[in-house]
Amino acid sequence: MTVPTPPTTRGALERREARLAWSLLLPTITIVSLVIVLPLLAIFWISFKPVGLADLRPVAPVIRESLRERSGEMVIEYRVRNSSQQKEIVGMGFTDTLHDGVTLGALPEPCSVDGGLLRCTFGDVEGGFNERIRIPVTLDGDPDALEEIVERTEPAGFGSGNNILTNTEFTLDNFARIFDGDEFWSVLWATTFYTVFGTIGALVVGLFAALLLNKSFRGKGVLRGLYLFPYVSPIIAVAFTWVTLLDPFSGSLNALLIQMGVTDSPINFFGQRPLALIMVTVFEIWRYFPLSFLFILARMQSIDTDMYEAADMDGASPFQKFWYLSLPMLLGILSVLFLLRFIWTFNKFDDIFLLTGGNAGTRTLTVNVYEQAFAISNIGAGAAVAVVIFATLLLFSFFFFKYISREEGL
Amino acid sequence: MNLLRQGAVTGAVIGLFWAFVMAITVSVTLSFASGLGFRPGSLGCLILGIGGGLAAIYVRDARLVIGGFVLLCVALMFTPLSPILFGEGMPVLWQVMAALSFGVFTIWPLKVMLVEAHPGALSRHAFEDAVIRFLTGFGYIVFTAVVLIPFYVMVMTSLKSQQALLRNPLDFSIELSRGWDLFRSYSELFGQFNFGSYLWTSFYVSVLTVLITLLFSVPGAYAIARLRFRGRAAFSRSILLIYMVPMIVLALPIYIAFSMTGLRNTIPGLLMIYPVTTIPVALYMLQGYFRGLPGEVEEAGLMDGLSRLQVIWKITLPLSLPAMVSVSLYVFMIAWNEFLLAFMLLDDPSKFTLTRGVAMLNSSEIPRQHLMAGAVIATIPIMALFLGLERFMTKGLTAGSVKG
Repeated sequence: MTVPTPPTTRGALERREARLAWSLLLPTITIVSLVIVLPLLAIFWISFKPVGLADLRPVAPVIRESLRERSGEMVIEYRVRNSSQQKEIVGMGFTDTLHDGVTLGALPEPCSVDGGLLRCTFGDVEGGFNERIRIPVTLDGDPDALEEIVERTEPAGFGSGNNILTNTEFTLDNFARIFDGDEFWSVLWATTFYTVFGTIGALVVGLFAALLLNKSFRGKGVLRGLYLFPYVSPIIAVAFTWVTLLDPFSGSLNALLIQMGVTDSPINFFGQRPLALIMVTVFEIWRYFPLSFLFILARMQSIDTDMYEAADMDGASPFQKFWYLSLPMLLGILSVLFLLRFIWTFNKFDDIFLLTGGNAGTRTLTVNVYEQAFAISNIGAGAAVAVVIFATLLLFSFFFFKYISREEGL
Repeated sequence: MNLLRQGAVTGAVIGLFWAFVMAITVSVTLSFASGLGFRPGSLGCLILGIGGGLAAIYVRDARLVIGGFVLLCVALMFTPLSPILFGEGMPVLWQVMAALSFGVFTIWPLKVMLVEAHPGALSRHAFEDAVIRFLTGFGYIVFTAVVLIPFYVMVMTSLKSQQALLRNPLDFSIELSRGWDLFRSYSELFGQFNFGSYLWTSFYVSVLTVLITLLFSVPGAYAIARLRFRGRAAFSRSILLIYMVPMIVLALPIYIAFSMTGLRNTIPGLLMIYPVTTIPVALYMLQGYFRGLPGEVEEAGLMDGLSRLQVIWKITLPLSLPAMVSVSLYVFMIAWNEFLLAFMLLDDPSKFTLTRGVAMLNSSEIPRQHLMAGAVIATIPIMALFLGLERFMTKGLTAGSVKG
């Protein structure tokens, strides 16, 4: 008799299940790779390119056509120019359809007629190229009606500009630029400060809030809902409220501080170093403490109360109970939260951008992407910063999977 | 440490701290409510705080302590020893109110905090209990104030007129005499600034985002949770990895691609990106929930001849309705609050979402109360959803807010 053994190959059923799984996942995989993986690859490509904001507009011929009278003669006038002032266009020219009732006179040099199609070619033209082509015509019919017919059909331009994004010109300037000098260190310092203190602050404040609400009393639900407000409301609303509240000229907080005699002159909270960096970190804590509060509270409420009763019997004081019983139980969730929030604070862009716009020493790496790409109009440098961010994140996620996936059971 | 645990010292120290906390609280509250000048007086707080703490310990009769303390506060009102000092020309009614509320809110909680304390050495338990009660009271006040003040300022500023704001930035009293004119900023936003259309755009963009997200993530989450295939673990890790990629990194190439293809400034363009930012979160939340469902029910369905897709449609989905609500709410919130992409991709005021519209109001030519009114308009729908469906929302937050 043969001993039954488990199959060594995959059975038909198993294969069918795998096939179904992949087909269910296919739409997600497709769209995610299109919108996330593709841009990620693109950002690496762009970071090695000397691209500015202006280069995004493709270089192309611009042609205007008009039928008009000129020194007693009817002419069709084409104004042809290169849309770029700097870049050349290779093999530029245009074609236009001819119309009945309009007979062309002597053609100027670059033009020819070929089967009802007017064709003018200019070869390779420099940036800033601008020329008028006039072709005398004889009209057969009402000039106004013909003018409309002639001008209705758009001439079609052709010729290709050298697109900086797709050619093979590469440079390391972008990286040299962003790693250059003091600016990089100040960005790095702002990022580190914001990330470390923002994360720890939100965790500690969240822990305190959870401790406050970890008992039952009337109105607890209301308070819990209230403490989540900062997190659920739109960032744009709360950020602008903070800016209004802390405004040095018309802000209420400054008025209050002056009235209470804390300060003599208004404090420019978001406009001076190093206060601005501290304030954006405080904002980060204010906005994200609800999150850690929610997680910690949920964990606290699942701790067995037997343990505390036993501790009570042994005469433990409240602080001892917190320190020796609650805190060790919360250590797991606290470390998970720390790593996740650390990564997310590092990634944060909107908050600082809305509060200070990255001024007064609050420019973090993420804000720097925007600054380089749009404020200084150097897309390549922005992409280079983005690459730096991505590399740092890969490092973080390595730690994340090493330590967290055990906790989360992934 | 031992000295601190003497009943009298504990009482005095806690009383002193609490008196300062209350003096600041009362001053700030009344200042914000009336716009008049209140500020805490250090000398008065020092004397009354220590005195109150000692009285709470030494005098047994609660009514005597509370009554005496409040009377003393009112009596000191006109002297430099008052715990709360008043600006010039303050109406007496406000002064009395300040002194009364300081008195009541100082001594009453003090009596409660020090209920186990007594003259002489305290046990460690009694001492820590008193400290914890003090910290708890302090915590409630600080947290509530810190959370509420910005929202209070937001709403009240939106109801003020430009002149009133410039005259006294502290005055948040509602001028009821203005009647409907109070809501002038709102009517101007809806009338001249097209906020009705922004509200509608935001609404349908968010709803469509929720629908598209669910369409993609439900099958995907089911596959990860239930079906066995090679690369499942790697896949569920890469989901987490993906939602750690910051938006600003992606926004740059997306901006370039959209500029070149003409998708910038279009709502369909926005709708191509929004769901992709939420699909990983939704996938992660839903697969967690699907794993928790009993597999036997689905197997019974399979035995009875349903196909996998029918099982998902007829068994899994109805069972996971609460999770779907949570995920939908969470995704709706993300889409509604989204700012960065709307800001970068939309320039045409006729296509703005609400967040983009509010960002437009942040200019020196547009008065502050308009900006705040815009903020209120953006906040109210999400708050209404949150308060109405808090149970689902909190669940969604805890399950998915690895992102945020």
